[in-house]
Amino acid sequence: MIAQVTSEGQRRKRIAQRIAFALLTLSTVSAFVALGAILYSMISNGVSALSWQFLSEFPRKMMTEGGIYPALVGSLYLTVGAVLLSLPFAVASAIWLSAYSRGGLWVRVIRVGVNSLAGVPSIVFGLLGLAFFVKVLGLGVSLLAGALTLALLILPILIRAGEEALQAVPMNFREGALALGATKWHAVRTVVLPTAIPGILTGVILGVSRAIGETAPIMFTAAAFYMSRLPETLSDKVMALPYHIFVMATESPNYYKTRNLQFGAALVLLGMVLLMNLGAVTWRARVRRRKQW
Amino acid sequence: MVTQDGATVTARSIDATRDWLERNLHSTSIIETERFGFFYGREQALREVSLGIPIDGVTAIMGPSGCGKSTLLRAFNRMNELYPNTRAEGTIRFLGQDLLKADPVAVRRHIGMVFQRPNPFPKSIFDNIAYGPRVHGIRHRAHLAELVEESLRRAALWDEVKDHLKKSALSLSGGQQQRLGIARALAVRPTVLLMDEPCSALDPKATDRIETTTRELAQELTVVIVTHNLQQAGRISDHVAVLLAGGVLAEFGSTRTVFASPFSEQVADYLSGRFG
Repeated sequence: MIAQVTSEGQRRKRIAQRIAFALLTLSTVSAFVALGAILYSMISNGVSALSWQFLSEFPRKMMTEGGIYPALVGSLYLTVGAVLLSLPFAVASAIWLSAYSRGGLWVRVIRVGVNSLAGVPSIVFGLLGLAFFVKVLGLGVSLLAGALTLALLILPILIRAGEEALQAVPMNFREGALALGATKWHAVRTVVLPTAIPGILTGVILGVSRAIGETAPIMFTAAAFYMSRLPETLSDKVMALPYHIFVMATESPNYYKTRNLQFGAALVLLGMVLLMNLGAVTWRARVRRRKQW
Repeated sequence: MVTQDGATVTARSIDATRDWLERNLHSTSIIETERFGFFYGREQALREVSLGIPIDGVTAIMGPSGCGKSTLLRAFNRMNELYPNTRAEGTIRFLGQDLLKADPVAVRRHIGMVFQRPNPFPKSIFDNIAYGPRVHGIRHRAHLAELVEESLRRAALWDEVKDHLKKSALSLSGGQQQRLGIARALAVRPTVLLMDEPCSALDPKATDRIETTTRELAQELTVVIVTHNLQQAGRISDHVAVLLAGGVLAEFGSTRTVFASPFSEQVADYLSGRFG
């Protein structure tokens, strides 16, 4: 008798598998559909606003006309400032967590702290920034206060990425350096850290993307409704893209007239994130190629 | 002699060290362990190991997997303590000094190491070799270049790489990378070279080159090598220590004697390839 290769049970299993796959595919596709819908509405509504003038001019007539130049520059300042302020502390913490501490209670406490910091709502950062940087330290509503607040916001992201990057460096490298009589610090500085740079850059990318789009942390600490000039010192207020969009959408004398300006600004914000990511990814790929192991 | 003498890498010739040993310690063992035990957490990897590594020749440490041979080797340059929760008992003396109480950084300057898997740094060939000397404060370009050439020659790699010292060390073949590892260790002019199964990732031809190089190096410094390859131990070692399960030293003596007529039956079984 020939073995029976089809049966009712097997047929049912096959159907169950098909259904499961269909559901999984559908879930994956729905994420793309959502992204596509957002992109579509932003592009179709905003592309008409895009022009060289839009990027290079100041807003005019109560922000119902003109460009977004100061907000663009302000966002750039705030983001770059946040990364510059955050990165040294993040790298130092990551080194300590991955290389010096021998595990134990303190490390666990600190790790929980870092993770909790990542989960704090951004408006809380904004209020903290207002209370501490603006008031207690007396920085006032300023570029510096905003950058510091954003730096706190992205600190856990950078620490985690840094720690992961450092731990991904093969133990081999560390041992090789130590076996030559290097101190731990020397090994970290000359072998481990340079090898971990691509991973740390990943953290910077994530941090930048997060910082540039945040509104709440800068609302009370740095953002200006309107400025007729670019910020010149760290204690100047700045305009920033996300806040500018918020203002145009809620405080404008004529929301409908400025719809395409709002969408255009949002599109530019998205483009900036994309561009920065692209830049960092290429840079990372180049560094990684040089440090292949 | 375990000193942190900073900016100068000075080599004491093996003859001078032997004289010193004989005169001051009336011994020819450069490293001596006494009832040395080692624990990873609660697990005991080595039990009361007492032996003396002769200054001359190649000493092989052998034994079945998990017998603690790498642990013993790594105890000599204090690499074991990089893992958390380790504990050592007993003593190890290097040139008469208590190795376990010395500064590990200074120890590693005198006792170099080559690893099981080649581990060149993601840097140029030159920078790999110059790494150790630079750690010890040598900045002068010409001096570094001299040390790099000398070390590469001693590791029999110079002729293959002399024209592209600036190329990444990662572009070298596995065998070349391992000889680079040897050269890198030699560049700080150690007194002892530890090798942890240096050929286990290499093909027979590359293995042969490493073995030849090792024999030559043994004229100038003390070599201790961990291997689980019986033939290799027979080919290159003058002395052999056999550890058995549980980290017990079962046999220690000249390779010829141990291979020809081992004391213990277990070692005889191990050497005849019945387990391992």
